[in-house]
Amino acid sequence: MLSKRLVVCLDVRGGKLAKSVKFVDTKDIGDPVAKARQYYQDGVDELVFYDITASRENRDIMINLVEAAASQIFIPFSVGGGIRSVEDATRLRNAGAEKVNVNTAAVKRKELITEIAHAIGSQSTILSMDIRRVNATRDIPSGYEIVINGGVTPTGIDALWWAKTGEELGAGELVINSIDADGTRDGYEIKLTRMMADAVGIPVIASGGAGKPEHLYDVLTEGHADAALVASIVHYGEYTCRELKEYLHGRGIKMRMSY
Amino acid sequence: MITIIDYNAGNIRSVLRACAETGAKAATTSDSKVVAKAEKIIFPGVGAAPSAMEYLRKTGLDAALKNAFKSGIPILGICLGAQIVLDSSEEGPQKCLGLVPGKTVHFRLKDKLLKIPHMGWNEVKVIKPHPLLDGIKPGDEFYFVHAFYPQPAARENVYAIANHGGDFCVALGYRNLFATQFHPEKSGRLGLELLERFTRWDGTLTPK
Repeated sequence: MLSKRLVVCLDVRGGKLAKSVKFVDTKDIGDPVAKARQYYQDGVDELVFYDITASRENRDIMINLVEAAASQIFIPFSVGGGIRSVEDATRLRNAGAEKVNVNTAAVKRKELITEIAHAIGSQSTILSMDIRRVNATRDIPSGYEIVINGGVTPTGIDALWWAKTGEELGAGELVINSIDADGTRDGYEIKLTRMMADAVGIPVIASGGAGKPEHLYDVLTEGHADAALVASIVHYGEYTCRELKEYLHGRGIKMRMSY
Repeated sequence: MITIIDYNAGNIRSVLRACAETGAKAATTSDSKVVAKAEKIIFPGVGAAPSAMEYLRKTGLDAALKNAFKSGIPILGICLGAQIVLDSSEEGPQKCLGLVPGKTVHFRLKDKLLKIPHMGWNEVKVIKPHPLLDGIKPGDEFYFVHAFYPQPAARENVYAIANHGGDFCVALGYRNLFATQFHPEKSGRLGLELLERFTRWDGTLTPK
């Protein structure tokens, strides 16, 4: 059977590795491709390069980064941040990215998901979403609201509805990012993740809040996630990918240990 | 020199880069004349069988590949390349290359909790020895992303299986052709080792 996946996200700004807490206060912390290669050799199952500036000028920087990554890393990696068109997606795919993540642009125009899926395949089209807890209302019955523009702008859109819609439109995978939990290191939003994973037939990657190995265990079991995405706990050297996987494997979760 | 066939079926640069990582010389082509002179072929591919077969026919690459197979040169098929070497695919009515008897079928999973496509890392179990699988141990995992899988007609053509709601063929072989449903170019060290073995393979099954 399929193993659960450890995914590491590298936020990239202007081609350099960056890390933000709750989407503000970014700082540069190194060379993304070198870091990615280190994680690859340390057993990570998948990587995400997230372009947090996402400006037009940055497009070519990301293409160069993807090409460099693709010649040094032989596991799947995806790219996200500011992907607004089929052309963006195809260029990144051709440069060597296995998958692309769409977020804000898909919320603004949902047909983009279908268009990208047609061009590069559903399996390469990930719908990422930033979500915050709200009081349940008639418009947001799940109590979880989609936020766009890097977690800044509330939309009034129900996250559960959006996830199901994304699947119907052709997304092959979801990244569920809790902006309440993101950067806090207090654990993933288990209730949100489980609700999403149970509602769709496509894989769900949990994101936001990992602080210790137990958090990954919880989101992969109780949270029903197919993969756990981490960032700061490995970027700052608190845990290695190997340590996280050995912990999960030791507690009975099927992980790829043959790296 | 490894010739990687580009038939408009997905991004093949990862295969090119993985070959470079093993130290082998490789180049991509969609020219059937170049394929006709190839010493060794990788036939990768991601996407749909019907459009792939149409492209292969239009360009004459289907005939070039069939001739290459008959001539005995080593051929490695990957993903879609492991499916369209069979007679047919459930993905569409078109005939496939027919190099190996059998057909490609869609996953039919009773367990609704299991997802399609089969995407991620899964254990590849070698059930019959082959030079390209030499060194793979129980527990070794490779990367998969597919909704269809090959079903060779003859048991003797099945070399490795994996489990996703049941066992299914993930590596098939017939004479100088070997093909994997999983992606060696995305499977880390284990995948690179398989590719490296291919760079040294002479297309025969006799042990050295």
